[in-house]
Amino acid sequence: MKIIVNIQLKEGVLDPQGKAVHHALLALQFNEVQNVRIGKQIILDVEDNEKEKILKRVESMCEDLLANTVIETYEIEIEK
Amino acid sequence: MKVVVAVFPGTNCEIDTKYAFEKIGCDVELLFHKNNQLPNNTDLVVLPGGFSYGDYLRSAAIAKFSPVMNPVIEFANKGGMVLGICNGFQMLLEMKLLPGAMKRNQNTHFISKYQYLKVISNNNKFLSKTEVGDILNIPIAHGEGNFFIKDDKIKELYDNEQVLLEYCDKDGDKENPNGSVSQIACLCNREKNVFGLMPHPERAIEDLLGSNDGVKMLEGFLNNSYSAN
Repeated sequence: MKIIVNIQLKEGVLDPQGKAVHHALLALQFNEVQNVRIGKQIILDVEDNEKEKILKRVESMCEDLLANTVIETYEIEIEK
Repeated sequence: MKVVVAVFPGTNCEIDTKYAFEKIGCDVELLFHKNNQLPNNTDLVVLPGGFSYGDYLRSAAIAKFSPVMNPVIEFANKGGMVLGICNGFQMLLEMKLLPGAMKRNQNTHFISKYQYLKVISNNNKFLSKTEVGDILNIPIAHGEGNFFIKDDKIKELYDNEQVLLEYCDKDGDKENPNGSVSQIACLCNREKNVFGLMPHPERAIEDLLGSNDGVKMLEGFLNNSYSAN
């Protein structure tokens, strides 16, 4: 099973990378861009097929390591 | 005084840190991260700067799971002195021994330069040999030193005298190289035994190299006349 974890900076936490990319896009005349936020995607291949159980496990992975919940939020999805 | 400097794959300031503490008369031991206990007579643990585990995922995110961190956390919780410099500060944040988190520098650049710092509180062992308002000249070198903490926590940090240093210019006026909340450069915990800072005092111990302001900072740990009240 493939699990996709998307990690984003929390709303209200300034994203310096996003801001720099936004400026670059504007410099390239992509003036329609209003805002840019950059996050990361972590793709996990897992053996277990018990959906409920693995989602709980991945949540623990996020809390313990994958995300820093002081500044980041995470979303977990199962790839179909 | 016995100083233990923990060494992780990717840290690169342990030798400078050892040199600096030896220069002020300490007995210094480098301790590899796979050790799961500290020497019995340890007085101070230093988590050095560098790029532990390549700073993969986030700065210092992986170092917190090294075996050596278990006795370090236990030592800190029992009141032992712990100092985290740069990547070491990031480790302390990741381990939640200090509050807050680090983000990418506001200008997204890696910043490596001398930086003036203002002493905000000296009511702690680390800065006990400095005076409030002193301006110190200490190098910084980091890409993720943009300290973040929620607005409602900032006042508490100042009220408890947990903010020790702020970035400033040479006259002590406001300057913010990396975007940190309230220009915070150095923090301690409420109990004042765990210290973290982004600047590198161990790189400022010889006039010849531009500044020796780091000496009076590190010497605070030797200051037996300071006692926490």
